[in-house]
Amino acid sequence: MAGVTPLLKDELDIVIPTIRNLDFLEMWRPFFEPYHLIIVQDGDPSKVIKVPEGFDYELYNRNDINRILGPKASCISFKDSACRCFGYMVSKKKYIYTIDDDCFVAKDPTGKDINALEQHIKNLLSPSTPLFFNTLYDPYREGADFVRGYPFSLREGVPTAVSHGLWLNIPDYDAPTQLVKPRERNTRYVDAVMTIPKGTIFPMCGMNLGFNRDLIGPAMYFGLMGDGQPIGRYDDMWAGWCTKVICDHLNLGVKTGLPYIWHSKASNPFVNLKKEYKGIYWQEEIIPFFQAATLPTECTTVQQCYIELAKQVKTKLSAVDPYFTKLADAMVMWIEAWDELNPSGDESAKLVNGSAK
Amino acid sequence: MSNISIKDDEVDIVIGALEPDLTYFLEEWRPVFSRFHLIIVKDPDLKGELKIPEGFNLNIYTKSDIDRVVGSSPISFSGYSCRYFGYLMSRKKYIISIDDDCIPARDSKGGLIDAVAQHITNLTTPATPFFFNTLYDPYCEGADFVRGYPFSLRTGVDCGLSSGLWLNLADYDAPTQALKPENRNSRYVDAVLTVPAGTMMPLSGINIGFNSELVGPALVPAFRLAKEGKFRWETVEDIWSGMCVKVVCDHLKLGVKSGKPYVWRKERGSAIESLKKEWEGVKLMEEVIPFFQSIRFSEEAKTAEDCVAEIASLVKEQLGPLNPMFARAADTTVEWIKLWKRVRAQ
Repeated sequence: MAGVTPLLKDELDIVIPTIRNLDFLEMWRPFFEPYHLIIVQDGDPSKVIKVPEGFDYELYNRNDINRILGPKASCISFKDSACRCFGYMVSKKKYIYTIDDDCFVAKDPTGKDINALEQHIKNLLSPSTPLFFNTLYDPYREGADFVRGYPFSLREGVPTAVSHGLWLNIPDYDAPTQLVKPRERNTRYVDAVMTIPKGTIFPMCGMNLGFNRDLIGPAMYFGLMGDGQPIGRYDDMWAGWCTKVICDHLNLGVKTGLPYIWHSKASNPFVNLKKEYKGIYWQEEIIPFFQAATLPTECTTVQQCYIELAKQVKTKLSAVDPYFTKLADAMVMWIEAWDELNPSGDESAKLVNGSAK
Repeated sequence: MSNISIKDDEVDIVIGALEPDLTYFLEEWRPVFSRFHLIIVKDPDLKGELKIPEGFNLNIYTKSDIDRVVGSSPISFSGYSCRYFGYLMSRKKYIISIDDDCIPARDSKGGLIDAVAQHITNLTTPATPFFFNTLYDPYCEGADFVRGYPFSLRTGVDCGLSSGLWLNLADYDAPTQALKPENRNSRYVDAVLTVPAGTMMPLSGINIGFNSELVGPALVPAFRLAKEGKFRWETVEDIWSGMCVKVVCDHLKLGVKSGKPYVWRKERGSAIESLKKEWEGVKLMEEVIPFFQSIRFSEEAKTAEDCVAEIASLVKEQLGPLNPMFARAADTTVEWIKLWKRVRAQ
């Protein structure tokens, strides 16, 4: 707990989807420069995206995605930041950190720059506590502990699969809320990390997200969004719901809270409304589906869990809209592509005994 | 702060007096407490007169009142459990209870934190137990539901209980505090959140508020350590009743909130001394977790009283055979409901 947080510079990739430019990396340079970047360039592949000097990176545009995945490329969204999950698939590292290109370094209440990546690493390297809520939040943080009454048998925790960070300034609201509150800014710095309890699902935002790729990678499929699809801005939501159900089944933890980044750009609420519109209705059916989803005990790997979930999506959600049939098929295609690109046995995400290194 | 308009006369502040001299405690809280009615319950084991400063609107209950109202009963109101007598006697909708070794905390600007106002805000704004909001309390100024939060769940449900926190001396158990004697909680987390439905938590009775109309009877003084003591790290009474309240709230679709307000908890006692005591009760608590996690109430259980009655029979049936302490807890719970009904009927 106390002491220096390991850099993990050879064990972590930073995945960034972009369509514009990567100027924001200049501000992150002190924190990101040691790491390898995977840039997933969305939109027009003929455009040249300049990566600032000094960063070690690989860049994939649509042509690369098509070339590498062949017919399976259709599971990767086009004209939507959901394409970022291609970066998770091609990475060879244990940990992933993904961030949006309009997210900058935030300051904590003392005015100090927040090293978001370091906090995500702390979150991922310490256990989670999904089986019982600790009222003092993350008990493994310096200065905190388990409270009186917390069962001793549960104090070892479980491995942490996901670290979900938050945002100051422009909050991650849906379009209707943005329209009603265009000026609202998130100025509240909540100095906590907590585990989201087992059996509870949450809206996962992909703007500032870390995860253990070995433990949960294949579940981080960001769905079919954008060009040619009836829905947008539900990519991270979808991945989050699937991920949480699978984490609950495999006894892995999901943390939320610190670190904060500074979200600078408010997207156009009218454009967002068009993208989200169907999702707003569909989520009323989708949420009960995920809340009730159970996975058989025979599913012991993430891939097995995910394929099983895809089957259930097809059976139970297709009645909501034919989109879900397509999505279920794409989920299966994603796993097939994942396994092709990550063939060796010990890289498929199996349940890890003991805590993460 | 919120624009909640609730009449001051809907609130009782119940204080268990485990020390006779409440002067310092009440003077520190005077700016916050003076508008409200107080119920002070003297620990029946406490010898000597209570010292209470002037200027408060209050009722004091002592051992003789407890004996008169309760008669002979297996329920023990000794030590921290004395406050349950206060809950019993109160006729108000909202009850706030704070340990007598806590004073108001200060915020980062040095201003006094009005814990009562925060509890009232928590209790009178909806809770959101069915889906986790990553921006915490969506009803708080400057916050809202995040993208992806289902609209049908945005009206929330009534809040039954508000569980506050503590700066300085945190509510750790004796082994934890003994291992880390210097450890003090200095982290002010500016959040209130709803503890999700189906999730258990350890309720710390040090700083709570609750809606007595909704959950009153569910705070049950039924389970105590054989040598339940006068320091918080020697008690489990609130842990047990907290689990009862949580399962009742989950069934009745009420919310339980945790987080602000903070109080400042003073140093008291020695964790190492407490470690020497018997821990049978603490081990027993480990066994009750799976029990509470799997409790299912019948469809007929529509009030907190109904639910508590069912808890009593389930405890007797499933836990009673494991240890006589549980059988006693079940009997005590049955007595508590009878007592609650009898006092309310008067």
